[in-house]
Amino acid sequence: MNPLILTTFFPLVGFVVIAFLGAQQKALIRWVALATSLVTFLLSLWMLAQFQVGPAGFQMNTGKLVWAIAGNAEISAAMGIDGLGLLMVLLTTLLTPIAILSTWESVRERVKGFMLFFLLLETGMIGVFAALDLVLFFLFWEFTLVPMYFLIGMWGGERRVYAAIKFFLYTMAGSVFMLLAIIYMGVQSGTFYLPDLIANRAQFAGVQLWLFLGFAIAFAVKVPMWPLHTWLPDAHVEAPTAGSVILAGVLLKMGTYGFLRFNLPLFPQASVQLAPWIAGLAVIGILYGAIVSYAQHDMKRLVAYSSVSHLGFVMLGIFALNLQGISGAILQMVNHGLSTGALFLIVGMLYERKHTREMEAYGGIWKVVPWMGALMLIVTLSSLGLPGLNGFVGEFTILLGAFGSQAIGSQVLVGVATLGVIFAAVYLLFLFERVFLGGMRHAENANLLDLNWREVAMLLPLLILIFWIGIYPKPFFDLIAPTAQNLVTLVQSAPYSALLGH
Amino acid sequence: MMQNDILTILPALIVAAWGIVLLVVDLWIPRDRKGITALLAVVGLLVALGVSAVLFPLHTLGFSNMTVLDGFAIYADMIILVSGLLAIGLSYDFIRRIGIDRSEYYVLLLICSSGMILMAHAFDLIVVFLALELLSIPLYVLSGFARPQPASEEASLKYFVLGAFSSAFFLYGVALVYGGTGSTNFAQIIHALTANTLVNPSLFLIGAALLLIGLGFKVSAVPFHMWTPDVYQGAPSSVTAFMSVSVKVAGFAALLRVFVQVFPSLASELTPILWALAALTMIVGNLVALVQTNLKRLLAYSSIAHVGYLLMAFVAYGNAKVVGNATASILFYLVAYGLTSFAAWGVVVAAEQLEGRGLELTDYAGLGRKYPLLGLAMMVAMFSFAGIPPTLGFWGKFYVFQATLQAGSVWLAVIGVVTSIFSAYYYLRVLVVMYMQPGDPTAHPAPWLNLVTGASAAAVVLLAFVPAAVFNLAQQALMWFGV
Repeated sequence: MNPLILTTFFPLVGFVVIAFLGAQQKALIRWVALATSLVTFLLSLWMLAQFQVGPAGFQMNTGKLVWAIAGNAEISAAMGIDGLGLLMVLLTTLLTPIAILSTWESVRERVKGFMLFFLLLETGMIGVFAALDLVLFFLFWEFTLVPMYFLIGMWGGERRVYAAIKFFLYTMAGSVFMLLAIIYMGVQSGTFYLPDLIANRAQFAGVQLWLFLGFAIAFAVKVPMWPLHTWLPDAHVEAPTAGSVILAGVLLKMGTYGFLRFNLPLFPQASVQLAPWIAGLAVIGILYGAIVSYAQHDMKRLVAYSSVSHLGFVMLGIFALNLQGISGAILQMVNHGLSTGALFLIVGMLYERKHTREMEAYGGIWKVVPWMGALMLIVTLSSLGLPGLNGFVGEFTILLGAFGSQAIGSQVLVGVATLGVIFAAVYLLFLFERVFLGGMRHAENANLLDLNWREVAMLLPLLILIFWIGIYPKPFFDLIAPTAQNLVTLVQSAPYSALLGH
Repeated sequence: MMQNDILTILPALIVAAWGIVLLVVDLWIPRDRKGITALLAVVGLLVALGVSAVLFPLHTLGFSNMTVLDGFAIYADMIILVSGLLAIGLSYDFIRRIGIDRSEYYVLLLICSSGMILMAHAFDLIVVFLALELLSIPLYVLSGFARPQPASEEASLKYFVLGAFSSAFFLYGVALVYGGTGSTNFAQIIHALTANTLVNPSLFLIGAALLLIGLGFKVSAVPFHMWTPDVYQGAPSSVTAFMSVSVKVAGFAALLRVFVQVFPSLASELTPILWALAALTMIVGNLVALVQTNLKRLLAYSSIAHVGYLLMAFVAYGNAKVVGNATASILFYLVAYGLTSFAAWGVVVAAEQLEGRGLELTDYAGLGRKYPLLGLAMMVAMFSFAGIPPTLGFWGKFYVFQATLQAGSVWLAVIGVVTSIFSAYYYLRVLVVMYMQPGDPTAHPAPWLNLVTGASAAAVVLLAFVPAAVFNLAQQALMWFGV
């Protein structure tokens, strides 16, 4: 049995089991959901064990199982995975059990519905990273909206309905253009199978700017790139903690993943042509996200805007269009999932204790909750890119790539982006200081409880990876390198590589 | 030859005859056991459905080429018959609950269905007109069935006046086409067109345009849609459910028959007009639906919007390479739209209270929590209408957009996707009210209603995993259609 297919669809087993449980059996439902997601994680580790590091192409490829014929084009249920997809799947399967664990205390109402949607979401997300057929990809892509919409809208904060609809409409508005681009390519070439389309990409050369934009709008909304980011703070703030973790950890990566998987190899010329523009938007996003983060009073909002800034770095790395840039971007996608996921978890823990996310309500609580403070410090430092932790490795590689990038072609621009690293230190340390350091501003905070075992269990895997990537990133780069190299080759082998100056 | 004649209209004949028999039989059914009438009506439709399935592979003309039997007609029959069955399931409890359980209800439904079936089998403009009247008149009565409710009476009258008006357009179109081609028979018109022996091409063109207007009224394409929201809102919900599916299927069967099979040569003149109709219908339907507060009106505008998507694929018919795919995509879309509609209307029927109350959006607050299964059906329906996978509605959109892009109408496709973003907003609003707002609504789930609603919703999801099955059926149906 193909481990990829098992991993993708195993959450549905838990879905079916929970569907038959009574809504009152809340504890049982939670355990089934957790067990399902843990087994899924183990399955993905098995997939990692089976994965051969080195060859570039897609592994565990199911081949073209033709599933439907649309006019002249075949739709196949093709799935397969390379280093990039594998890392994203692992990130998904790692964050899902952690997110489920985070709902233990905080989701008390309608537990059944929550877990049902969560497991559906997991299958949807893994499917996005595993699909090799454009229509199949789109099915998974669009489908992830449904559970997330309900997770935000039913279990979210005060303005949840507004945030849920905004999230749904923004994403859908972007993706319908991608659908048109996908159908157009299918109509022209008679296939939706990605490797075939890449092989025949020359036939789209004439309209590739339009096709690129069709895909790019969908992905840019998801990343989100400035100025299409405005759904993100609302969605993140209103979502329940588990939703925020998945949203930041995985759903945003679907956008950057899409650029890497589709835009670069399918439309190389447009990628090269638009690289300076996208890099420009990315840099605006980096600075804008950082500055707006600094102005927040709400911890969750601050972390949300920091995502805009961090994902700006990822975009900058991708459109450096060279090996370092792309490798760094892929690693930083993982890093951001770990660090920001952990940040949202800790903010969620504080919220569970005090029911407010205002920084003003805290202050000086490190003395009361030493463990939480220590872990928060590590996560903060990881997020701002302290050497020795994961964030540094990713950001450094990205900047290295961007400085040497002929596609971006402006070292000044990249120099400005570097300011973002400094800004990140400012707003993140500001967050840490306001919440954990200084004098106790509110006497009642003296009763705050420190981390319990469940919470330690949630944060520990993330911390281990934060240190691992920071100290010894080689195994990760080994996974990434063939994909990144392949992408660079695909972009440069296009007949227009003259533009790159190679 | 006689045998062939009968075969070409057999499904319509069975349904009509059964309706008349039922009218008589009903006199002997005791007042308190009128459920038997419904059951008998179901049996009649099932027999017709079985006969249709057997007839599917056949292809023949009958009654001096005035009627036709082919896969296309049978495909339309099947949707119409299934829609009739589902409508009876929705009605059974509902019409008793709101006190309109007169037994003519089922008879009218059968006769109306026979008219729709005849429309799909028509091969002569006069027969099309006959079928149009046969399906319309029972519908005028059914719309007013909830008398003495003013809304229902108003719906009936409005539908009747505007319907008669559109019939007049259609009939005038028939006359002009006759003047232009020398015949009302499709076989002879096709002959005249291919041999290029038109009596008067401009008369023919004007006639064809009038036919388009007449049928546009029936399928409620903008700007001929004005009656739709009022009629859909005023008519009893079970009738609206039936009407919103079957009439559109019959209307599109006639449109495709007349324009794709008989008038393909008019494509170059009509394409810009169809383009504008499709764009207008999508835009107006979706934009006006945004501001509706009554669920029946909202669904009425949504049905108009879906006609827009169907017309969008229809625009492609002038392109010889694409026309087969475009027609198949329309047939596919009709199935997706029909099943989705029944899932949605089932919930509306369950939630409707006496005298048309309980239909405002706010009345649905909390419905998803209190009635999880009804809520689930509505959720599936809304996502399918919005074209979100994994639903049949997604594939419907996929196929019509594909046909549109194949034909090269990129801008129309762009209008289509942009308006579908708007549509997502009002569909989501229904879900917001149902799931995310507190409330304590009263619904009346009944066994048959649950079955119809649940089966439709299940089919919408399950068939989405095998879209090829439905699409292949649609393609097979077109084997003798000449595309």
